[in-house]
Amino acid sequence: MLDQQRDYVLRTVEERGVRLVRLWFTDVLGNLKSFAISPAELENALEDGMTFDGSAIDGFSRVQEADVLAMPDANTFEVLPWGDSKSVEARVFCDIHNLDGTPFEGDPRQVLRRNLGAARDQGYAFYVAPDIEFFYFAPPEKGQAPVPLDEGGFFDLTTTDVSGTLRKETIRTLETMSIPVEYSFHEDAPSQHEIDLRHTDALTMADSVMTFRLVVKEVAAKHGVHATFMPKPLEGVQGSGMHMHFSLFKGDDNAFYSEDDPYNLSPIAKQFMAGLLHHAAELTAITNQTVNSYKRLVPGFEAPVHISWARNNRSGLIRVPVAKRGNPSATRIEYRSTDPACNPYLAMSVILAAGLRGIAEGYELPPEADANLFEMDDSSLTKLGIDTLPQSLSDSLKVMERSTLVQEALGEHIFEWFLRNKRNEWRSYKTHVSQFEFDRYLRAL
Amino acid sequence: MSTPVADLLAVYPESPPVDLARTLDLAGYRWKAVSSASEASSHEPASGWAGAVVACDVDAEGAWAFCSALRRRELAVEPLLVLISGAQLADLELRHDLFDDFCITPCHPVEIETRLRHLFARGGGAVRPDLVQYNGLVLNLETYQATIAGTPLDLTYMEYELLKFLAQNPGKVFTREILLSRVWGYEYYGGARTVDVHVRRLRAKLGEEHANVIETVRSVGYRFGQSRWSA
Repeated sequence: MLDQQRDYVLRTVEERGVRLVRLWFTDVLGNLKSFAISPAELENALEDGMTFDGSAIDGFSRVQEADVLAMPDANTFEVLPWGDSKSVEARVFCDIHNLDGTPFEGDPRQVLRRNLGAARDQGYAFYVAPDIEFFYFAPPEKGQAPVPLDEGGFFDLTTTDVSGTLRKETIRTLETMSIPVEYSFHEDAPSQHEIDLRHTDALTMADSVMTFRLVVKEVAAKHGVHATFMPKPLEGVQGSGMHMHFSLFKGDDNAFYSEDDPYNLSPIAKQFMAGLLHHAAELTAITNQTVNSYKRLVPGFEAPVHISWARNNRSGLIRVPVAKRGNPSATRIEYRSTDPACNPYLAMSVILAAGLRGIAEGYELPPEADANLFEMDDSSLTKLGIDTLPQSLSDSLKVMERSTLVQEALGEHIFEWFLRNKRNEWRSYKTHVSQFEFDRYLRAL
Repeated sequence: MSTPVADLLAVYPESPPVDLARTLDLAGYRWKAVSSASEASSHEPASGWAGAVVACDVDAEGAWAFCSALRRRELAVEPLLVLISGAQLADLELRHDLFDDFCITPCHPVEIETRLRHLFARGGGAVRPDLVQYNGLVLNLETYQATIAGTPLDLTYMEYELLKFLAQNPGKVFTREILLSRVWGYEYYGGARTVDVHVRRLRAKLGEEHANVIETVRSVGYRFGQSRWSA
């Protein structure tokens, strides 16, 4: 099988006249990294991997050994649909190994592989479908606030034409890259869009999210537009989330489905949800990893604030969407706090780990919170036992650093590096004096 | 006499012996004379050369180079008939892979005709077993390349394997389980959902116009192309 895959890739490179093969991987913060090799080196790369100096890459550097090995995953080999037809380029996702062949601890893709392996040992396959939101802006000037396309003046065409064209072209490109789209629409905020992807296994989906972010930006840039996944780019309107739909399959059966439950949720689904709720605060630094992420997680903009679940309640952290009747495989849960600036490999890893912990320990699912939690005061929420998500990156990091669950899910290397890196981010944010403060204090005090 | 082979034969050299040309014409073969292997490539019909006839008696060295180029391509041209003089018989040594049959010149037109007919009968005519074709979709099993209406279809390995399996069995309904075991192999972990995911990806790549070539058969599985029982 592996030999055939390799032959397939090598033959395709030859037949399609591929001139450059881009080896893709992801750093700890979720940035797509790439280096290119010539087709002549590809056979060797597929066989033995390509050695490179990882010390320049965030979270990859270690004191003693800086060299790591990129092993292309032949099944992710894909001809890139952009660029000129005379010099065709292709990409392949890589797993990063140490020189001795063991998985490299700083590689998020390997972290997800390890967590999926743990699920597989219990007989589970983890399926994910994200709804990804983003904004289109005029190319940003340094230090300036973003300018939505809808504000006019930027384009001769009406804005709906421009963003409609962009979205259509984006979807076409995604579909030629094995990323089927389920829905797409203009979101509530000006210049905001949402594209929902069809479910796949988690590893493929994490790869797809990386490709997705690049495709959205590439297509926009081609039209002189800047696309951003910044969680809250505009004050006063809703931010960009990445709601994720999850299910666990055991063979061909959806382990989340039960005929007997009013919501068709199996005991496994309820324990998984209980695990997620129980550990939600601990994994928030991973699902919402920027200072800006927490400006989205505020009341009034359809983002979750409270650690709760409901069938249909937009203020809750977990929603249980109504599956189409007669389709057990569509039974799933939707986790709503994640934003599109996260590292998808790490986010799926910690979410899966929390859910599996819930199953392993048989956690009890708290009662559904179907009231509008935003309208309740703190004491009534406390009475219901409903907590809030961490309110800032700093709060999130404090909860995360005490979490053995997150530490185990990420592995020591990434856990330590992430905390160190993000504490630095928080420290530099803390020293920043903002417009808010000038407006509020400069004259008054 | 009806045309023995509808497709085009490549003939070398560019100005073939007059007797050969006349023989091919009278026997009803369509042919085109070419001066080199590269010209053979640039003039090749979309369905590929149906075969080749190479006359060695004018420029033996060029003729053998031509044969070897045609045989070394990914899709080797066959059948290949060479015409050589009795004095050149020794050239056949160690070149068995470069031709399928030969005639010693001068030869009777009936001999050329008969040998060609035999070659095509043996090779199953101009049918290429390594091409799977269906309504504008072409899979070249040898080069792993797929095209739709002449445009390359870039597939991942598993997408290609799934499409190949389906296209080789048109009109037949397969359950997800069968597809999983035949295409992915039993050791594959992930369940029949994997099949749905890949079918959806294939349909997206085939584009709206051709997406329905893979049909969902409700509560059974998938079928490539029309049902065998419908018109």
